[in-house]
Formats: sequence, C-alpha cells, structure tokens
Amino acid sequence: MNTMLSAILGVLILFGVIALQGLILVYMERKVSAWMQSRLGPNRVGPWGLLQTAADIVKLLLKENIRNERSDRVIFFLAPILAFVAPFAAFVTVPFAATIGFRDLDMGAFYVFALGSSVVFAVIWAGYGSNNRYALIGAMRSAAQMISYEVPLVTAVLGVFLVAGTLSLREIVQLQSQGLWYVAVQPLGFVLFLVAATAESNRAPFDLPEAESELVAGFHTEYSGMKFAFFYLGEYAEMLVSSCVLVVLFLGGWLIPFANNANVPTWLHLLSFVSKVYLIIFLMMWFRWTFPRLRVDHLMAFGWKVLMPLALVNLLATGLIVYWLKS
Amino acid sequence: MTMSKSDQSVHKRSVRFSPERSLFDQLPAETRIVSRRVRTAELRTEEFLLNVGPQHPSTHGVLRLVVSLDGEVITQCDPDLGYLHRTFEKISENRTYQQIVPFTDRMDYLGSMNANWGVAVAVEQLAGIEVPERAEYLRVIVAELNRIASHLMWMGAFGADVGAVTAFLFGFREREMVLDMFEEICGSRLTYGYIRVGGVAEDITPRFVKLAQEFLDLLPSKLNEYHDLLTGNPIFKQRTKGVGVITLDEAIRYGVTGPMLRSCGFPWDLRKDEPYSIYERFDFDIPVYYDGDCFDRYRVRMDEIGESAKIVRQALEGLPEGDFKVKKLARNIKPPVGDVYVRQEAPRGEYGVYMESDGTIKPNRVKYRTPSFSNLSILALMTVGWKIADLVAILGSVDIVLGDVDR
Repeated sequence: MNTMLSAILGVLILFGVIALQGLILVYMERKVSAWMQSRLGPNRVGPWGLLQTAADIVKLLLKENIRNERSDRVIFFLAPILAFVAPFAAFVTVPFAATIGFRDLDMGAFYVFALGSSVVFAVIWAGYGSNNRYALIGAMRSAAQMISYEVPLVTAVLGVFLVAGTLSLREIVQLQSQGLWYVAVQPLGFVLFLVAATAESNRAPFDLPEAESELVAGFHTEYSGMKFAFFYLGEYAEMLVSSCVLVVLFLGGWLIPFANNANVPTWLHLLSFVSKVYLIIFLMMWFRWTFPRLRVDHLMAFGWKVLMPLALVNLLATGLIVYWLKS
Repeated sequence: MTMSKSDQSVHKRSVRFSPERSLFDQLPAETRIVSRRVRTAELRTEEFLLNVGPQHPSTHGVLRLVVSLDGEVITQCDPDLGYLHRTFEKISENRTYQQIVPFTDRMDYLGSMNANWGVAVAVEQLAGIEVPERAEYLRVIVAELNRIASHLMWMGAFGADVGAVTAFLFGFREREMVLDMFEEICGSRLTYGYIRVGGVAEDITPRFVKLAQEFLDLLPSKLNEYHDLLTGNPIFKQRTKGVGVITLDEAIRYGVTGPMLRSCGFPWDLRKDEPYSIYERFDFDIPVYYDGDCFDRYRVRMDEIGESAKIVRQALEGLPEGDFKVKKLARNIKPPVGDVYVRQEAPRGEYGVYMESDGTIKPNRVKYRTPSFSNLSILALMTVGWKIADLVAILGSVDIVLGDVDR
C-alpha cells in the first residue's frame, strides 16, 4: 500500500514538474524568438507576459474538441496521449542530482531511447487517424525521419556506453566526476547527438512533419483544444528529455565544473543541472529561429550519408581505443 | 469446359507477373481481368491528390492549386484562379478618368505606387497632359521606394516559405520605415492613391526627406544582415539552388517578365530598355543572373533593392523646385478619341495599361496587363517533378500578389 501511494505521489510530482516546465518553455520560446526577431513577445498578461501561457492553457481547455467525422475514433484519441506520455515517462530515470531522481534503472539509457522512439507511433496514428491529406503526408515524413535519425542517434551514444561501461544514467554521471566529462572524451558523439536529438524532437530545421508553410500544421492539422495542447506539451517534454539526456551523457549531469563536487549542497547540484539543460534548450531554440527548413530528401541524405558514417567512425575509433587501453 | 494442362501452366505463370505480353493475351478473359488488377496493384501506386488552398499559409492569398503527388513528388499542378476577381477592368470603364486610380491600389497592393502610375500616365497620354518636372521626380522616388518595400516584403515571405521565419520579421522591420514615409506624404500605409492624373496628391515634407535619408543610410547594413541570415546559409542554398529552373526560352514563351526574366539571363528592364518618365537621367544597373532558379530570383531582387536605393538617392538630390501637379485640370477629363498602351516596370514585372477613349468622361475600354498573372502561368511547368516542399519555395519565388493576378 505504501509503495503504491509513493508511486502515485511520484507520478503527480513528475506531472506537476513537467507541466510547469512546459509552461516555462513555451514562454521562453516566445521570448527568445521575439528577441531574435526584434519583437517584444508576450507582455500583456501578468508581469512581463508571464501568465500568457497559463491563459493559453485555459483557452485550450475551454475550446471545443472537434473531430473529423470520418476520422478513426480510437486512434485519433490515443495519438495525443501517447505523444505526451512517452516523453513524460522517460523522465522517470533521469537523475536530476546525486540524490534526486525517481528511479535509477540499470538499463536507464536504453529505456529513455526506447520511449523516445515510440513517439513516432503517436505521429503516425495522428496522421492516419485524422483522415486528412496534409496530416498523412506529415505522418509519412515523420516515419521516414524518425527512422533516419534514430539510428545515428543511438550509434552516436554507443561510444559513451563503451567508455562508461554502463547503461545506468546515474553511474554515467558519477564516472564523469572522476575524470573528464564525456563531451571532451566524445566530442564527435556530442555534436552528432545534438543534431540527431534536434531532428528526433521534430524541431526546426527538422520540423518536416509539421512544416507550417507546406503542410499547414502537418500531423496535428485536425486537432484542437486539449488534444492539440497535448501534442504541444509533448513536443516540449521531448525537447526537455533530450536535453536532460544530453546533459547527463556528455555534460556531467549535475556536476559543477572546477569544484569539489563532494562538498556541494544538493540544491546547487540541481541548479547546475537545470542551467545546463536550459542552455541546451536555448541552443535548440536558436537553431529553430535561424535556419530554414530542410527538404525531406536532403534530410534523409544528411541522416544516412553524413551523420550515420560519422557515428560509425566514432564508434569504431572509440571501440579500438577502449580495447587498446584495456589490454 | 475443362481446362487443359497447358492452360493451367499459363495461368500460373500469369500470377507470377510474367512479362511476356503474348502469354498474357492468350489467357481467358476473366483471368486476364484479375491478373491485370493484381498487376496494377503491384506495379503502379495510386496518385495522391492534394488540394492546396485557397486557404493555406503559403499561397500568399487565395490561390488554389490542385496538386497530384507521387509520394512527395509533384506529377501535375493545376492553378485555379479567380478567387479574388473583382472586375476592376469593368469597374474602370464605369468611372471617370481620375476615379480609376484608387482601384489600381487594390490590384498590386504591395506595389500600389507603380500601379497608380501606369494609369495616371495612360490618362495623361490620352488627354495630352504635361506633368511638371517635380512631379516626375516625386513619382520616381515613391515608385522606387515602393519597389524596395515590395522586395523586402517578398524576401520575408520567401524566407518564411522555406522555413526561416525570422527573415519574415526582418523584412517587415525595414518595410515599416518605407510605410512610415508613405504615411507621411499621403496618410495611408497600403493603398496610397498618391500618384494621380496630372501629378501627385501632395508635395513631400521635410520629415519625408529626413526619413528617406535615414532609411537609405541604414539599408546597406540591413542588406548585409539579410545576406548573413539567408544568402550564405547552406540550407537556404540547398532549398533554392537549382530548384524550379526555367530556361530563357520558356520564360519568353510564357510572357514572364521582371526579376523572373532577369534571373534567366535576359537583362530586360523597361526602365532601361524603353526609358519612361525621367529614368534615363539616373545612373543605375540592371542585375542579371543566369541560372533561372529560385536562388537567382532571390539574388536579382536583393540586388534590385540596392539599385532602387541608388535611384532614390539621386532623385532626392536632383529634386527641382516647382509644382507637384498640373495647376488647372478639368474636373472631368474628356480625352480625344483614341487609344493608348502604357507599359512600365513594376516590382513584379511588366505592368501594362490599355485604355481606349471615345471622347466621353469615361474610358470605353480598359485592360490591365499585370505581371503576376503572366508569371504565375509558368507555375505548372516549373513545379512538375519537384517535391511538395519545393512547390512552396517555387511559388514563393514567383512573387505573386493575388490581387494582381485576379484583378
């Protein structure tokens, strides 16, 4: 009974944290884009427009849920749920600080990537279920894109696992505290992961599944109200989880650079982790508001002909070096 | 009827999609139908018909395109026009000569000054009205400023089409300065009605000159900013270079004019080749590129912004004193019987006005030759074989204004 209660409590806390992060990220995206486009961004609702996203959530809650008459009812309903739940569940294994985190799994990294790749089902369901041609094209693109980028993404991080010798995210951070951060050990892997993770979370310049100027809104064209909000929240949750994993794998997780991390209070560790994550998120936003969108065939070519060989070379080199050091 | 052994073997082979045509023809009729159905399912996929527009983020208005897709590749593209048709030619025939001008604002609403100008010149030529020199200078200044504003707006929209949303805001930011100037001289920001029969509506103010100087001083640095953001960007190049190519021959056959024609390597610009107004007094170049793809159309327009700025600067320096419009003009002009065709270089290409007078206060026949319409006609040819993402880039590179297409 007690474990049940704590599990429910944990889920509620997790949901609260992620939803709050979602609100903050949407606000941040608006302000960052406004800053890059010499605009002001939201500034009417609340101080500095801080309550704008909250007002938007209220609006979305009150909106009517419209469903295309000829859509597939079940699939149409399930898609936004999966789109949100998968990245949300991935947070379970992320270590926010040495003692803060929900569950440390032995196969933590594997679990995160497995959940990350299941988002593609949500996109395909949404595209297929809504019986809309734009949505269908978006879904087809998404399927192709996810496969093209999932493979280099995972191949790029295999190097880290070779070096670390573990798949537990917490242990990977602890190993980094004893030596260099893995961004120094695996610089190529870091860059590959950053690119592939941006593509994986469907953000510009890889936002082909929703490509506003071509496909209206892509796979979520037919969604409105809270269902749309779930896709939206899911996208930000996914961005958040990719950044978290990136920080954990390459940037030393909660560790503070040039400090004796053993004597630092936990809240500083947490602050260090959060600021690193937000730095990466800012980088992703910077990409989005600077680059034009790639074309679908260029995207595939980039994934398979540039990222994939580089990832393989990285893996091979790492393997050889690790073998040589061990023997 | 019992099937012989040889018949059965033929049947089996046909199911395995034997390519031999003679065997296929030997089959009994009903077997042939089934087998043909299997064949088509196996070899040819179904065509995907996509209706783009009239309400779509990238059709720049109410253009409808019926696109047949094979996967992402376009096999056919049929533009469906007329959603913004407002019968301006017929309306013009039912108005007095001075009353026509404001309607032309609504045709090419991003190049209203140029649209006004064509009609004003047509009426002046019909009625033999001599326009003061200062008015000619003012006309050139506002028309070139309008060209800059139009190209800036286009750059922004094109950037947004290929996914660089920031370019959109950048283009608007500088266009705003031009609109401020126009607001200063004629009070409106979109439909100016500034160039009128016999001159211009109002004289320019000192504040206009100050704003124009500031704008011209700022423009080069801003152009560099656009080049940083778009021209040098590898993704932008990838999306536009070699995409939607038209040859010079095709361009001429379809009556394509303006930056689209100049991007195919033909330096045809009415301001140079058939100098009207006072254009031969200014020193400026006609930018020409040779590939005829989206990237070259982009480069032509970006260079034209600089050339137009040169013209505005010279015109402001050489601006003579005097009247800004004809002092005494009849309330209702009655030109002698005759007709006239005026053509000018609008931001989007060759803008022509045909006007026929029967000696009354209203024209007998009016026809507008608008550049967007002719330029759009080549779209079907340009897009086939390209991807759906290219359709948006190619359509954007044509620089259409739907008001100008449908009239």
